[in-house]
Amino acid sequence: MALGVGCAAPPGKALENKTGAWRVFRPVFDPETCNRCGMCALVCPEGCIHEDEEGMFVPDLDYCKGCGICEEICPKKSIRMEKEEK
Amino acid sequence: MLEIMEGSHAVAEIVKRCRPQVISAYPITPQTHIVEDLAQMVANCELDAEYITVESEFSALSACLGASAAGSRVYSATTSQGLILMAEVCFNAAGMRQPIVMTIANRSLGAPLSIWNDQQDSIALRDSGWLQFYAEDNQETADLHMIAYKVCEDHDILLPAFVCFDGFILTHTYEPVDLPSQEEVDAYLPAFTPYHRLDAAMPLSMGMYATPEYYMEFRYEIDRAMHRARDAFIKAGREFNEQFGRDYSSLVEGYRLDDADVALIAMGSICGTAKDAVDEMRDAGRKVGLLKIRTYRPFPGPEIADALKDVSTVAVLDKNISLGNGGAVGTEVKAALYGSDIAVYDYIIALGGRDVRKRDITAVVDLAEKGEGDMFYGLRTEVL
Amino acid sequence: MTAAELIAFAAFEGGVYAQAFPAFGVERRGAPVQAFVRFSDKKIRLRSQVYEPDYIIVQDSTLIGDVDVFRGMKPGSIAIINTEKPDFDGRVPEGVKVYVVDATTIALEELGVPITNTTLMGAFAAATGEIKLESLEHALRNRFSGSMADKNVSAAERAYSLIGGAA
Repeated sequence: MALGVGCAAPPGKALENKTGAWRVFRPVFDPETCNRCGMCALVCPEGCIHEDEEGMFVPDLDYCKGCGICEEICPKKSIRMEKEEK
Repeated sequence: MLEIMEGSHAVAEIVKRCRPQVISAYPITPQTHIVEDLAQMVANCELDAEYITVESEFSALSACLGASAAGSRVYSATTSQGLILMAEVCFNAAGMRQPIVMTIANRSLGAPLSIWNDQQDSIALRDSGWLQFYAEDNQETADLHMIAYKVCEDHDILLPAFVCFDGFILTHTYEPVDLPSQEEVDAYLPAFTPYHRLDAAMPLSMGMYATPEYYMEFRYEIDRAMHRARDAFIKAGREFNEQFGRDYSSLVEGYRLDDADVALIAMGSICGTAKDAVDEMRDAGRKVGLLKIRTYRPFPGPEIADALKDVSTVAVLDKNISLGNGGAVGTEVKAALYGSDIAVYDYIIALGGRDVRKRDITAVVDLAEKGEGDMFYGLRTEVL
Repeated sequence: MTAAELIAFAAFEGGVYAQAFPAFGVERRGAPVQAFVRFSDKKIRLRSQVYEPDYIIVQDSTLIGDVDVFRGMKPGSIAIINTEKPDFDGRVPEGVKVYVVDATTIALEELGVPITNTTLMGAFAAATGEIKLESLEHALRNRFSGSMADKNVSAAERAYSLIGGAA
């Protein structure tokens, strides 16, 4: 990579840092009990939970670092943290 | 007794034992652990001091300056961007002759943003009137704080000091340190006696306005005090050695310089790696030594000239760059050796935390012997 | 870094000079980070990072795909790897001895959190013989207090006996 003048760089570098590799636990969402309130997406520190076309919330596991805050906040207890196999 | 501890913790512990009455600091990587530890000690009533929390480094040093003027022994710590934000107050503190001791956890300056080590921050303030001491390891770092208070508070000196130690490389390293007890520190460092202080009963203005008839003379006096600090440092170092058996009684320290053809010059933690490299080169039959600079201000020009009078080549390792004119230490070493036949080469090295290995030190000596110098060492030309 | 610090402490307890330091990257718990430890009979002056380790501890085996964790290792050196699934055989250099321990499971069972430093210290002590179990326990009791100390000691002891320490 050649250096940009003035320490300048195009956007998108953070996308290359896939924080998902740090994860010990992964969140598993239960669509049956989810009431689609979106609290999980609001509190996610990685901003990696998105609403899909059906209005369901899904985590992007490339970036989810497994912190469990979504599980903690979920009013319907629809999110369960499961240990990753490493 | 030697105990294993983090460098930052060793600093906090020794500062506690120096009994500062007022501490004000703003946390910044890699200085953070020092001020966290001190804040904890004050909160736990282990240290009877006022800890003033502030919103910036500018305010931190301003609070220290006010407290020092009011007659307190004060302490602060910072690094990098934080130190640069203090710049205005630094010049004022020296001009007002306040003996503040501040730890600098040496770090590079942005842009580009970097949290890693070099010595650009303290070097950038070399003209501010603060004494500058550089430590090789965490033992020396701790010890230099006691010496710093003693030198600064000497009524013949009355100047502030930076005690500089390399960010991460020393601040975050766990290694054995022998910390003097409170009683031992008290025996070495008496309570602070201010030369004069702000007191409503006896009003006084400090840091006043000086017309062209007086300004130069004030600056001359500061410069004289800076030069007197040479002897004060040596004296404080001797007293330290008598009490603790560790010798810091010289502004520079030679390592295997006897019969050396090539001398390296460096400051701070790189000296440890350089000593190991010198040993390897000596084992290979090469006549190489190291001169470590302990006090960058006052600059030990005569001491350098004396220590290096028999060498033919000098290689200066500069962890800083005065953009447009090479490294700060190299430039000053060249001035100190002006008129001699010694070839002096400057190497800008290890900026922004680039690791230095023994083989890098050896490579610098190779370059100096070939007459190649006044350059950046280890540039990754493939990204240029 | 905590593991490096504790190993240095325990080694120093055992009567040698020790040095531990991090190579900092992202300052977030759980983010990949390297830390280094040196032991010596003499005072340690060298400050460079470690390029030819005698021992490595890999706290997260998923890193093995992304980072050449075995770089610089010579025959006879030892790798201690936290994993449930030891399937990295092709990547281990010739002559490097590998010990695996499922430290995450042990830490979860003993401490209730997936923080593996103290468990891996037990494995390190057993695999290398560089630090004694007593020194390790002393280091842990110095760092933690009360029931946290007990839990960490028992996590370390479990890994120690799993690897077959003092064997």
